[in-house]
Amino acid sequence: MTDIEVEDLRKTETVEYWINELFFNKLSIKEYVKSLINPFNIIAGTIVLVGLAFIFMRFAFGLNQITDSSNTQAWGLLLGVGLFTGVPFSASGFVMGTAVYIFGLKKYQPVVTNAILLGFLGYLFAVVFLMTDLGRPWRIYYPMILSFGPASVMFLVAWHVALYLSVQALEFSSSAFEWLGIRSLRKLVIGGTLMLTIAGIMLSTLHQSALGAMFLLAPGKVHPLWWSSYMPWLFFVSALAAGLVYVIIVTKLTQMFMRHRADERYLSSLNDITLGIGKACALILFTYVGLRLTSITYENAWGYLTGPYGELFIVEFLLFAIAPLLFFYGVQQKSAGTVQVAALVTMIAIILNRLNTVYITFNWQLPHRELFYWKEVIVVIAVLTIEVLVYRWIVNRMPVLRQHPDFIGEEHG
Amino acid sequence: MKMSRRDFVKIGGSVVAMSLLGTNARAGAHSFEGYPDRYGMLSDLTRCIGCRRCESACNKANNLPAPETSFEDTSVFEEKRRPYVADVGSYTAVNKFEVDGKTVYRKVQCMHCEEPACVSACLVGALKKSPEGPVTWNEKVCIGCRYCITACPFYVPAFEYSSAFEPRIQKCFMCHQRITNGTVPACAEACPVEAITFGKRSSLLKLAKTRIWDEPDKYIDHVYGEREAGGTGWLYISGVPFSKLDFPMDIGTTAYPELTKDFLSIVNLTLVSWPAVFGGIYLMTKKDKKPHDKEAEELREELK
Repeated sequence: MTDIEVEDLRKTETVEYWINELFFNKLSIKEYVKSLINPFNIIAGTIVLVGLAFIFMRFAFGLNQITDSSNTQAWGLLLGVGLFTGVPFSASGFVMGTAVYIFGLKKYQPVVTNAILLGFLGYLFAVVFLMTDLGRPWRIYYPMILSFGPASVMFLVAWHVALYLSVQALEFSSSAFEWLGIRSLRKLVIGGTLMLTIAGIMLSTLHQSALGAMFLLAPGKVHPLWWSSYMPWLFFVSALAAGLVYVIIVTKLTQMFMRHRADERYLSSLNDITLGIGKACALILFTYVGLRLTSITYENAWGYLTGPYGELFIVEFLLFAIAPLLFFYGVQQKSAGTVQVAALVTMIAIILNRLNTVYITFNWQLPHRELFYWKEVIVVIAVLTIEVLVYRWIVNRMPVLRQHPDFIGEEHG
Repeated sequence: MKMSRRDFVKIGGSVVAMSLLGTNARAGAHSFEGYPDRYGMLSDLTRCIGCRRCESACNKANNLPAPETSFEDTSVFEEKRRPYVADVGSYTAVNKFEVDGKTVYRKVQCMHCEEPACVSACLVGALKKSPEGPVTWNEKVCIGCRYCITACPFYVPAFEYSSAFEPRIQKCFMCHQRITNGTVPACAEACPVEAITFGKRSSLLKLAKTRIWDEPDKYIDHVYGEREAGGTGWLYISGVPFSKLDFPMDIGTTAYPELTKDFLSIVNLTLVSWPAVFGGIYLMTKKDKKPHDKEAEELREELK
């Protein structure tokens, strides 16, 4: 044994080495900070700083600093994007969790941790958006312990988002414990996988549909081509698709940009997984399109197809109608590329659908409406950028796209 | 395969936990007959002369900020005003309409619905239909989510967007304090032509119908608020169609809480049945995965 090796052994025991290993990707602080300076980070950092400045203004001087929300249009982009659009995509965790841990579809095991992380961050940032938009965010826990409004659909949403955020935090914590090397806690959490997954199904079924049910209370305000007594089920079915296409798209992005954090098992399985999810998406979206047509006929709303809102509907509907055909074609041709394009089309359709329902067509009967205050757009982009940065921070450290070498063969379930 | 004790406890436990969680979700949504002897208001639009004294009295009674121009100023009629727009404090506004050569004034304020949309929207129960009739708001619990604004079909509740620390929901509270003290709401007291009448809603409805019955040529045969949105505490009668006075006519007669009642009723069902359904599926698939390991494990446990 040489002197140098002895020195290395001693080094592993120092706190400094442990911190560098865990937080700075095995670099020293100086090297790490240096590695952060690149064009992407500079642009992202600028957006975040401007956004944080606006958020500060909002908390110092009131909501009218950053939004155009009014006494006719109470909710703007903060909730339109952050809550009503963000949450359906965050169904990724519960959909993939169910597939792997309940239905035992081992094939999807490599992407399940990533799907749960995406879901968890989606909910976490939905709460961030909500806290920015609430008049008195420091009272956010009131509906939990202080004052109950059980007849409100929003009461259900609040409870379920809070519970589900905790469930997903627990579900993902096993990866964090692997990263920190805490074997006992990891085992405890993994033992609870079944219960957490079932809790996730219950909470997700209800609050994904509840987000649609919230707008049942605004029949004259949501445009008739979007308002329907079927809204809870339309929201739920499209959330299933949203969760799945989110997995397809982020998987593709990790393949392009986070390759060095992924292992062979992850990368080699992606083609099969994309095609498999594509099959499910085709079926779900056919169902959705059928349900949507039925709902409009049921509400007798076909007469509203004329005018700008009618055209907006046609665009949105065509996207929804093309997507399942594209998925079907892609799966037939075994072309992951086509499935990814179909996923992108679906994503755009769902974003458009949510924004149309809760924001763009909302109050369609009022003559003068103001939409899109630029400061609110910046805040939304900034918070989403923070979400991307947090995601990257986690993937760079924890075993998300790869298996932790110390825990191979000790999977969930 | 035998269901292991641990699996049973896990699945069964989650059934119980979740059903407990859901029990109160629907409690407030059952059908509501209305408090007996609740008060309401009747606006007779054939009598209103547009003097704006109700606005002035309301301003004083509720200690609202002074208006931009005096309450005698009639130039405000050039636009259709809403109460409490852009944080300019007012709980009510009178608007002027020219219908078939006739000048008609209409007072706008909270309708104090029998089963209000805002109350069923409020997730902390800050908004309440009081037994006396007014729809009240509790500043102590409001979190400022503004679902009430989204839900109200009459566009009444307003939020103080320029307040960072104590943004309030603002609207007419039918002078709740005065009513409980035995006084008439300020606007009704101030009206010089008795265009606004305060009283028990049931009596006001009779009064409205009597007036229509007595002078069928003067009034149109419709009491606005008798059935709209399930009935409102504030009633209107008019000599011209309500549709020409900016009254929302597409509201229907269903009480708004009914719209979400069906949805809320499935909550408990889902919470109780999903664990059984998905727990069952899990047990079925689990057997296929590694029966030998599992049986061996159970055997080992039994031997312990």
